[in-house]
Formats: sequence, C-alpha cells, structure tokens
Amino acid sequence: MSTPLLTCHGLTVEIGGKRVCTGLDLDIHAGQRWALLGVNGVGKTTLLHTLAGLRAPQAGRVCLHGEDIQHLPRRTVARQLGVLLQEEGDAFPGTVLETALSGRHPHLGRWAWESAKDRELAEQALAQVGLKGFEERPLDTLSGGERRRLSLATLLCQQPRLFLLDEPTNHLDPHQQIHALQLLTQETAHQPRGLLMILHEANLAGRFCDHALLLFRDGETLAGPSDTVLNTEHLSRLYDLPMLALAGPHGPVFVPA
Amino acid sequence: MSPRLTLGLLLAAAPLSLLLAALSGSISVDPGAALTGDDPLARTLVFDLRLPRALAAFATGGLLALAGALMQVLLRNPLADPYVLGISGGAAVAALLSLLAGLGGLLLAGNAFLGALASMLLVFGLAHGRGAWTTTRLLLTGVVVAAGWGAVISLLLALAPARDLHGMLFWLMGDLSQPPTPWWGLLICGLGLLLCLPLARDLNVLARGELAAAALGVTVPRLRLQLYFIASLLTGAAVTIAGSIGFVGLVIPHLLRLAGLRDHRHLLPGCVLAGGSLLVLADTLARSVVAPQQLPVGVITALLGVPLFLYLLNRRGGGL
Repeated sequence: MSTPLLTCHGLTVEIGGKRVCTGLDLDIHAGQRWALLGVNGVGKTTLLHTLAGLRAPQAGRVCLHGEDIQHLPRRTVARQLGVLLQEEGDAFPGTVLETALSGRHPHLGRWAWESAKDRELAEQALAQVGLKGFEERPLDTLSGGERRRLSLATLLCQQPRLFLLDEPTNHLDPHQQIHALQLLTQETAHQPRGLLMILHEANLAGRFCDHALLLFRDGETLAGPSDTVLNTEHLSRLYDLPMLALAGPHGPVFVPA
Repeated sequence: MSPRLTLGLLLAAAPLSLLLAALSGSISVDPGAALTGDDPLARTLVFDLRLPRALAAFATGGLLALAGALMQVLLRNPLADPYVLGISGGAAVAALLSLLAGLGGLLLAGNAFLGALASMLLVFGLAHGRGAWTTTRLLLTGVVVAAGWGAVISLLLALAPARDLHGMLFWLMGDLSQPPTPWWGLLICGLGLLLCLPLARDLNVLARGELAAAALGVTVPRLRLQLYFIASLLTGAAVTIAGSIGFVGLVIPHLLRLAGLRDHRHLLPGCVLAGGSLLVLADTLARSVVAPQQLPVGVITALLGVPLFLYLLNRRGGGL
C-alpha cells in the first residue's frame, strides 16, 4: 500500500484536563474517507485541530509524509492539508470571490498576486458548491448555509491532498448536505486524495465514508472500516442510547430504538 | 470604482495637498517668485516654514493611518486605533514630564519616543503573562494601561504650574506648530510600508480569524509579533512628531475599506496616502481658519472626519 497521507503515532490529546484520546495510532491513506463520530463535547474538534497541526498533542506525533507536522512550516502544511473550520465571525467581511481566492494563499509567493488561473479555480469551486453568480456579494449578506458552502469552495480552491472537515453539513438543508458530501466523495475518488470529517449522522457516515473513527466518552477510540465499526453495538455505546439497524437502500440505517 | 483607480486618485491627491499647504496661509505668496528665489520672504515662507510643516503632517497622518490598519487586523476589532494599546499614553506622560522640566525640541521628542516604547513593552510583557497571548487579553491589557496613563496625565495637569499648561494641552491635542525635521518621520513611514507590504496577503487571511489563517499557511504567532512591533513603532514615531492626534488612525482605514480597498495590498499604501493628505489639509486649515491664531490639528481632524465618516457609513448601510 502507498505511504499514508497522514499518520498518528501514540497520539494523546487533552483539553481542559479532559482526555480526548489516548495513544491513538491512525493512518489515513489516499482514497480513504474517514468519518469522525462522537457525542457533543467529547473532543472531536480538538482532535481534528490536532490532526491539522493547529494545536500540539500532549503526547505522540502527527506526521505528514513522515515529518512531524508541528515542525513543518505552516505554509508547507497548508499546501498538503486543508481544514474546514467551524464558522468564526468575520471582522472585515470581503466579497465571496475574495474569500474563495484566499484558498490560493499557501500556493502563492510573498509578492505574487492571484493569476487568471487562480481566479478560474475559485470561480469553478464556487460553481461546484452552487454559488455561481454570488462572486461580488459581500460576505455578510450570505445565509448560514451559503457561508458554509463558501467555506467548502475556499477549501476546494486550496486543492489540498487531505481534507479535514469539521461538520461540513452544518447549516445545510438535506439537499445541500447530500450535494456537499457527493462533491467531497468525487473530489477524493479520482485523485490521490483523502478526507476525514466530523459528522453527527452515523447514516451519512455509513453512506459516504469507507472508514470510521469513534471517540468514546472515556477517551477510548475505535477505528476501522465502516462496515465493521458502524454497528448497533458500537453506536449504542457511542451515543449512550440503544440503537437499531433497519435495512435501507445504501446499507443499514441506524435509528434510536 | 476599482481599487487601482482609487489608489491612483490618492496618489495624485498627495502632492496636490502639499502644494495647497505650501501656497495657503495668512500671507499669500506667488509660487513663481518663491521657486526662483526672486522674493526671499516667499521662499523662506514656502521652503523653510510651510513645506517642512506640511511634510511633517503628511508623515504623521501616514504613520497613524498605517498603524491603525495594522492594529485593526491584529486585534480583529474595527474599533482599534493606534492609541488603543496605551502607546500614546506612555508617550504623553514622558512628554508632559519633559515640558514640566522645561525641556523642548529634540529632547522632548526623544523622551516621547522612549515613553511610547516603554509603554509598548509594558503592555506586551503584561499581556504575554504566562504564555497565553490572546487578542482579547492584549486588548484588555492595553486599554487598562491606557487608562492608567490617562490618570497620570490628569494628575500632571492638575499639579502643573499655569505657565506650562497651555503647551501641555496643545501637545495632548496634537500640534504640528513646532515639528522636528520631517525627514525621519517620512523615512519611518516609508520603511514601515515596505515592511508591511510583503505581509499584506497574510493580513487578508488573518482578518478572517487566527485559526483560519493558520489553516491557510500563516505562522500566526510570528505575524502577530511583527504587526505589534511595526504598529507600535509607527505610532511612537507619529506621537513624537505631533503629539496625540486622534481619529486619523481609526477612520482612514475604514474610509478606504468603504471605498473598496479591502485587500491589504491596496489598503496599506492607500492608508499612507490618504492619512498623509488628510492631515496636511487639516493642518493647513488649523493654521489658517482663525489666523494668526493656530488651532490644534487634532481638533480639525475630528471636526472634518466625524461627519464625513458618518455620512459614508450611512450611505453604504452596514457594509463595513
């Protein structure tokens, strides 16, 4: 098998004295799509930020192509790895196109301006998320769902090899949720790319991700292929709620019993 | 209007404002005679009095507007201005003490600069604390230190003998009537702009949030440190030339953003040009409105700036 895009060795993460995971070993290979599942406040976002190198782990290492991500220049990291963050407020909102173009930032030299090709990439990414025609709209006139899709377009414009996404379906209606996840699946399917995303819906995880990482309350983790990890026993333990599996068109559908 | 056209207009406005400042005043001069030296009085007026003062005003305005733009991104707060972190307070205390001690000229300027630097290091040291250096913590520390300097300034004014009060108040309100030579102010302004321009695209990303910037490849702690030091030095230099002049640093960056210069690669040079020109015009008014008496230029910047800003803000309707 090819070298993994991202590797964790014995990763221990804590936040505010609370253990998120202990000694986690994980390889994310090109072509894989991982779902990260867990209850509110278990530390999914904290773990995602650690994997992105945005915070240091308490122990262990996260490696990008074999190099410790904490020691790599941020610019190098950002050319390989793109992060979709939860929304932050914008102090100085620009236009939709300007925001999407900021995805090209890590690829441009210090004195370089965005080229026609960068602009083309941004326009294409906006079209992919259904924001064609929104280019000149100021950011503060967008709805929550439109902003989420714009963040996704910015990420597509960044063209990373590994996508780390914090609740990409947040604020999106069911139609847009499926569209966004299909888009991400396409983007990672035909190229040497991979993704890991936090989801709140085990059924979307089962449908769009081939691997799953479960974060339990006690800092234990379970990682593996979706069809072995996603079952009623594990999900009942994960959500502390008895779960039932029903037969659905894309595999089992899990519902609270 | 495209950003480049706006910048072009600002570039044209700068020499025009300087020309206007050189030719207007209580004594009218013939530009031709001043240039050729046929009229020694006109020559002295233009080249020894008015132009150096106008250039000092330009440098001050440019420094303040540039520092304001940097502070607003650093603190991610549209209300931030160059003085928000207590830099002018430190400079003012040092300057007032110098005035009380009977010092003037270069010693006064040097002490003001040292006061600005000392205040900057104090705020930075206190905010840095145990390693956490969040924007909120920096802002709060700066505001509290500034309040402390404010109290010291009031105390000094209360204790000062009446003969020193006029000079002290003028210094506090911002005054360009006795500027030191303008060249080093212009030099620092130019150097500051040169240091900032390579960071401009990083600033665009930082304005979207620190995590977002880090995710897009910006080394945020280093960038914040650079911004903090550059903005502090620019402010310190401006305070040293002209005392504390409010408003320019807060309003010019916002005016330009409203005019469409949101990209910092346009905004930063725009700030230098617009801030400089505005202060040259304000200072020209300050010395000619009720001539021969002179007003503190800070009064004029606020009287001009407040209605202009409110008008533009209302016209655009919350596009800030």
